[in-house]
Order: sequence, then structure tokens, then C-alpha cells
Amino acid sequence: MSEAALLSVAGLNAWYGESHVLHGVEFEVPRGEVVTLLGRNGVGKTTTLKAIMGMVARREGSIRFDGTQIIALPSDRIARLGVAFCPEERGVFASLNVYENLLLPPEVRPGGLTVEQVFELFPNLKERLASQGTKLSGGEQQMLAIGRILRTGARLLLLDEPTEGLAPVIVQQIGHIISRLKAEGFTILLVEQNFRFASRVADRHYVMESGRMVDMIPNAELESNLEKVHEYLGV
Amino acid sequence: MEIFGIPTQALFGQLLIGLINGSFYALLSLGLAVIFGLLNIINFTHGAQYMMGAFCAYFLFTRLGIGYWWALAIAPLAVGLVGMVIERLMLARLYKLDHLYGLLLTFGLALIIQGLFPNEYGTSEIPYAMPQELSGGRNLGFMFLPNYRAWVILASIVMCLATWFVIEKTRLGSYLRAATENPALVQAFGINVPRMITLTYGFGVALAAFAGVMAAPIYQVNPLMGADLIIVVFAVVVIGGMGSIMGSIVTGFALGLIEGLTKVFYPEASNTVIFIIMAIVLMIKPAGLFGTQR
Ligand SMILES: Nc1ncnc2c1ncn2[C@@H]1O[C@H](COP(=O)(O)OP(=O)(O)OP(=O)(O)O)[C@@H](O)[C@H]1O
Ligand SMILES: [Mg+2]
Repeated sequence: MSEAALLSVAGLNAWYGESHVLHGVEFEVPRGEVVTLLGRNGVGKTTTLKAIMGMVARREGSIRFDGTQIIALPSDRIARLGVAFCPEERGVFASLNVYENLLLPPEVRPGGLTVEQVFELFPNLKERLASQGTKLSGGEQQMLAIGRILRTGARLLLLDEPTEGLAPVIVQQIGHIISRLKAEGFTILLVEQNFRFASRVADRHYVMESGRMVDMIPNAELESNLEKVHEYLGV
Repeated sequence: MEIFGIPTQALFGQLLIGLINGSFYALLSLGLAVIFGLLNIINFTHGAQYMMGAFCAYFLFTRLGIGYWWALAIAPLAVGLVGMVIERLMLARLYKLDHLYGLLLTFGLALIIQGLFPNEYGTSEIPYAMPQELSGGRNLGFMFLPNYRAWVILASIVMCLATWFVIEKTRLGSYLRAATENPALVQAFGINVPRMITLTYGFGVALAAFAGVMAAPIYQVNPLMGADLIIVVFAVVVIGGMGSIMGSIVTGFALGLIEGLTKVFYPEASNTVIFIIMAIVLMIKPAGLFGTQR
């Protein structure tokens, strides 16, 4: 395992009740890179992110973040080490207004974006601060869900399908933002089904199939492997 | 002077009693709402914890000579701490199961706690002296207002509004509201949700104990004082809707007043009016006046 990896996962197993969902997942995310997890519906991409975040009750194996073994830590302790999660369903709170949603995640380390910087990235949010969180459009909710974790100072961002169900312009905007975040030094683990989008932002792609990591494709080699990728994703 | 053929002294006297009862309904149903919101447990021990607050004040005075004002601070802390131990050791094991288990556990605990007191002290009522500063009263012209009763109403309004403010308007409250919706995600943001749940339960219980101390000089202290009251409070909670903070406060005071008015105009129904309202609300709006289905 390389020294440079900010996150390295090995032999990761996870269960929901009796059902065994992850079977020895293994991969790593080098510091400062954008890495995607690709795979069909139900292969365990979300479960992998949740297991890293400590949100799957039964998990085994090794997850090292910046050298610290986090497999057995509760999720609040993992967050405090500098990992932040943006869930697939966005997780915007209905009983909080936009501003409260934005301020909800506490600062876990210095060096996060200021609220003003978040508004610079997502100007739409600034006009909707007093609205109920869930009254925003799908795209705006996604921006809120990403924006709020940028404030915390976390260095590893886990983004679960941030472009799902959004209009092409907004997908493009989110693409720009991911590139900008990378330029600012964030490390990002991105779950995507849209590998076209993934190819524009990512450095490498891991492919999952039924709870296992089956391939790793550096972004530079994506074009020459298109057929394989199509087969993996069933598109 | 008369209004609708009723002497004003009698009318306002009953309204005052209604407001006093309403103060206790509001404080107790607020505690239940706070606990239900985050823990998803209907805390049947609430009445027993209210009684413990009153007994705590009584023991502080008879054993240690500590008076009302200190008791008002110490009893909620002590009973709240006992509540937190109960949450850690027992309730915390039930969150993964159906609501029914929490209800059964807290109901059983209430019976046990109530059973512990009569053995030693009998079920007879124990008088608890009113603080001297608040004895007496003032003549408002249309009625006589005992100072202690004015204090109870004022203190419970302040306590209810302060609780509402913290939950609806502060950062801490936004953690609480968010954790009510999605505790796993709030914890994944770095907030120690299990600790927050323990503190929330402790706070809800402390509110009950606070009400118990305030009740001690007027209702007198006995082991079943909470059991009688809590039945009405559950009706209040059903009417207001589970989990709504402002709803439980408003409903508590309003139903106390309605009960008082019923005593004036149709005394025969005064003990049942709240339950009649509950039945009607359940038919028209099953989630309660301020509640949302979940
Ligand atoms: N809470 C849960 N309880 C039980 N099984 C679950 C739960 N969540 C997911 N699963 C199952 O675990 C497997 C992996 O689910 P997961 O959500 O990780 O897939 P995914 O790759 O993220 O899929 P998608 O692309 O549809 O989001 C699926 O078979 C799913 O049915
Ligand atoms: Mg998923």
C-alpha cells in the first residue's frame, strides 16, 4: 500500500442484518486525487461509503484514514478526523431552514471554506437562506448538501451520486466545482453511474460488482477501455 | 358583578385554577414532546418522575433543611440524572425495536417507582410548605390572586418559552431537530448523537421534576400524584399532536382553561371534557392539532 494514500481500504466486509453486502472490498484513494466508484445499481457503492463513514452497523476489515485505523470507530469520531459525507438522498433537513442546514455540520478542523466562500461556489443558496431546506429544487438541495460539508475542514469528501437526476447545466456546474475543490487540495471519493461525467473529473476509477472491487482503470486509459466499462455498467 | 349570570369572583377563580392546571399540563406535555421527538419513546415514567421531583423537594426540606428555591434547582438535576442513568442502562437498548417496547418499559418503571414510595410513606398526603416570599396574595379588584399561583403560572410560561426558543432558534436546537429527522446523518457530521439523546431525556425528565417541585405546595405530595395527572397529560399530548413543541405548550394551557370554564358552566363535565375533546380530535385529525403523521 502506497504511503501517499489518504484512504486505504482492505478486506472490507459489511452486512445489513443477515445479508452480506460487501465481500472483501479493497482500494485506495491517494491524497489530492478524485477517485470514482463505478458499478451497476445495488453492487454496494453506497454501502462502501457508509462503511467508511461508520454508518453500517456490522463491518469488518481494515479502513485506514491518514494512517489511523477507523473500522471500529463510531461515525462521529470518524467525522472529527476529517471525513465528510454527502448522501445519495442528499439529507437536507426539512425542519431546518437553508442557513441552519448550511451551518449544521460542526467544524472538525481548521481550514474549511467560510460561509462566504460557499456562497461564491453556490450563489443560488444565498438568495434562499430563510427557505425551508426541502423547499429547494433538487439541484439546489444538492448544492446545499455539498456546500455544508465544505465548511467543516474535512479533507476527504465522500460524494454519493451528486449528479443523479439533475439537469445537464447543473451537472456541468457540479463538475466545475469538483475540479475546483481538487485544485484546492480536497481529496474526493465519488460514486457515479455517469462515467462520462466521472471521466471529466476523476484521476482513477474503481469498478464494483456484487460487493467486490473488480477493476481499477486510470482515467487516461478510460477511452481505450470503453467497451469493458460499458459491459461493467450495462449501458 | 356578574358575567353570564356567574359572579366574576367565581369565574376568574376557576379560570385561575384552569391556568394553574394548564401550567402543569404544558410543562409535562412539553417534556413528553421533547423526549418523543428525539427518542421516539412515549415516556410513561413521566408522571412518576414528576412525583419524584415533589418528593425530592420534600426530602430536601425534612432531611436537610433545604428550602423551596434550592429544591427548584436541585430536584430537577437529581431526578434528571436518575433519568439519564435509566436512559443509558435501559432505554438505549430498545431504540432498534418497536415503539411498544419503550412504552412497556417506561410503564413498568412507573409502577415500580410508584410502588417504592408508599411502602415507606403510605399513600397519605404530605404537606409541603409554600416559600414564605410567595405567601399571601393581592386583590386585583375583580378577584383575589394568591402570589404563589401567579408565580407558578409565570414560571411555567417562562420555562416553556425558553425551551421552545432553545429548540427552534439556536444552534443546539438545530442539532436536536436534525437528529429527530435523521440521527445517523447528524452523527456522521461529527455530533455525538447518543450523548445528545441521553441529555435530552435527562432534560425532559428534569422538566417533569421541576413541575413536581412547583406542585408540592399546592397539590401536596403523595406517591400517586403523578399517576393521576399523567392520564390527563397524555390526553393533552394526543390533542396537541406528538412531537410538536409549540403545540404541546399551547394545548396544555388552552385545555387547562377549557377545563376551568367547564367547571363554571357545566361542572358535571369538568372531569371528562378533555377526554371528550380528545375523542373529537382523534376523529377529525388523528395526528393531533399541531402534529404531523409519521
Ligand atoms: N438498509 C439496507 N438494509 C438491507 N439491505 C440493504 C440496505 N441498503 C442497501 N441494501 C442492499 O445492499 C446492496 C447494496 O446496496 P447499495 O445501496 O450499497 O448499492 P449501490 O451500489 O449504492 O446502488 P445504487 O447505484 O442503486 O445506489 C443492495 O442489494 C441493497 O438491496
Ligand atoms: Mg447507492
